[in-house]
Amino acid sequence: MELTGAQILLESLGREGVDVIFGFPGGAVIDIYHQIPNYPNLKHVLVRHEQGAIHMADGYARATGKVGVCLVTSGPGATNTVTGIATAYMDSIPVVIITGQVPTPLIGNDAFQEVDIVGITRPCTKHNFLVKDITKLAKTIKEAFFLAQSGRPGPVLIDLPKDVQQQLCAFNYPKKVALRGYNPHYDPNVKQVRKVAELLCKAKHPVIYAGGGVISSSASKELTKLAQAYGLPVTATLMALGCFPGDDPRWLGMLGMHGTYAANHGMSNADLILAVGARFDDRVTGKLSEFATKATMVHIDIDPTSIQKNVHVDVPIVADCRLFMEALNKEMADLAGQKDVFVPKDKWLAQLSEWKAKHPVKYKPATKGGFIKPQSVVEMLYKITKGDCIISTEVGQNQMWAAQFFNYKKPRTLLTSGGLGTMGFGFPAAIGAQAAYPDKLVIDVAGDGSIQMCIQELATAVCYNLPVKIVILNNGYLGMVRQWQELFYEKNYCSTCLDIAPDFVKLAEAYGAAGFRVTQAKELEATLKQAFSTPKPCIVDVIVDPEENVYPMVPAGKSITEMILV
Amino acid sequence: MRHILSILVENEPGVLSRVSGLFSGRGFNIETLNVAPTLEEGVSIMTITTIGDETIIEQIIKQLRKLVTVIKVVDLTEVKNVEREMMLLKVAAEEGKRAEILRIVDVFRCKVVDVGLDEFTLEITGTQDKITALINLMQRFGIKEVARTGAVAMRRSMQ
Repeated sequence: MELTGAQILLESLGREGVDVIFGFPGGAVIDIYHQIPNYPNLKHVLVRHEQGAIHMADGYARATGKVGVCLVTSGPGATNTVTGIATAYMDSIPVVIITGQVPTPLIGNDAFQEVDIVGITRPCTKHNFLVKDITKLAKTIKEAFFLAQSGRPGPVLIDLPKDVQQQLCAFNYPKKVALRGYNPHYDPNVKQVRKVAELLCKAKHPVIYAGGGVISSSASKELTKLAQAYGLPVTATLMALGCFPGDDPRWLGMLGMHGTYAANHGMSNADLILAVGARFDDRVTGKLSEFATKATMVHIDIDPTSIQKNVHVDVPIVADCRLFMEALNKEMADLAGQKDVFVPKDKWLAQLSEWKAKHPVKYKPATKGGFIKPQSVVEMLYKITKGDCIISTEVGQNQMWAAQFFNYKKPRTLLTSGGLGTMGFGFPAAIGAQAAYPDKLVIDVAGDGSIQMCIQELATAVCYNLPVKIVILNNGYLGMVRQWQELFYEKNYCSTCLDIAPDFVKLAEAYGAAGFRVTQAKELEATLKQAFSTPKPCIVDVIVDPEENVYPMVPAGKSITEMILV
Repeated sequence: MRHILSILVENEPGVLSRVSGLFSGRGFNIETLNVAPTLEEGVSIMTITTIGDETIIEQIIKQLRKLVTVIKVVDLTEVKNVEREMMLLKVAAEEGKRAEILRIVDVFRCKVVDVGLDEFTLEITGTQDKITALINLMQRFGIKEVARTGAVAMRRSMQ
């Protein structure tokens, strides 16, 4: 039996196990939308802006580990996804973006709603396709899903012309993918693993530096096992928070620009750094020439381009982080059991614990009758939920406080735009996560600036009864930029004061969501609890100290030990 | 240092743009670039010459290998290789200068492929040095136009 291109697409999504897509219709995808009602197993979430669709697909993927899918029309529909595609690309998130395209005879004619979206997204996708031949459609979809989730994951775009959606073709979904130029290397080199085990045994001051790759490869269980068995301290990037229990004594906290004293000084004094699935981002390393100069550097990454990119690596290993960790645990069990091989790390752990105790992440408490401290709001979220929820964040101060003052214990419980720092990401990402887990508590920690970038998705959340809780740390500023202006630009608060802001409570109500406002610290706990037990989307607008800053802070370009503390 | 990269790619729309975009997007420079089909259907070979230190070249090669439509990347600079470039050069050739130009053509073992009333078009194949030398020699007659292919290269058979 022959199917139309639109049917082939939807059939193929079924074969890939896709249960929800986030999308927005238009002329160039109307044939696909025409068929959607015939596929009752596929839930379609109608968004209010295509940026919302791609962030939702991304949030769904981050929370579940599956591929997120979004469907948009050509031209402006397609270009509206670019920010979200770049976001997913920077954080290596598996998403498949399906864009409509003008009919093939019109391509290149500046037709109505035509853009070269394959050209536009070439630098920010892992790969992309323009399908001009209906017989190649099923194969292309198979390849797109394979590429998105294998090796280093990432976004893959399929551009589908309208006439191809309408043409008929026999449907054969391929079982296997064969791409000559694409062969990710998963298995670690045995000798290198042995070498790492020997180095770990011998090291006096080792630190495990975990990155997002630990989460995307599901390596956190093995990593935790290793660290707990051999007393190895762990620090993580923003992307990896949750890969190691935040209440474990070996946990140093996040490292880098807003990292902890213990993590940054731990890195600087380490004699061995085991970097797993991390990429030595400039927000992590600070001044490169002074970064971890005493350490032998071991780096494991699935992507060879990440290795030796920023720092010199002594033991490079191209491998899947989970497979590497499994192999390393075996080697360690073998080696550490031998007499006099393992140098105890107790003194080092004691030193780190002392730093942790002496310089915890902290803030000056509110004065009596003064503003609520934003950090205390995040602490309250942890107190109420005990960490049993999914947190997404916007970008800026709210993001850093959500990273610093919440103890993430499990992977995939923090969804945040790490690499690109995309304002407007958190709320739609939270909707995506809530669509995957309707019964979980999903909280978007927001700023009053960021939340306004995708606020229209309140309609989506209300429409599909996805009861996301938005907690706005409302300081009336674009806080992180204001902080930089205060500290490094002579307090020239140019264009960072949000003089005119909507009444977020009324705004929530206007969309059919619930709105709450908190101005007094004593109301905070009760109001949050009330919001969390309300079975619909809520905004909790918390008026916080407008001039509060994120500390510790390493000024840009300085060494990570040159920290401004509270 | 100058490197010659030989890159086997799938012959499909957008491949050239993926490769060149990788260079421009990361601030690497392409000195010459040459693409043509190979004996295998659907596969083309690109020869790119570029300049950079070891770290940059390593990044370029790794990034190229990461592209899904790139099948193989070889840095020919690391092995003994044969490198050739072809150039067409149009030179002013007035009465009285022609004999001298033809003598040079003879010495360089290049060819005159077109003759006008007061100009010659020469075809030359050789290494970059040889091509530069011919340009230098022809300059005093007045070069009107040049078209160069950029380098093509292969690993030497006996090494």
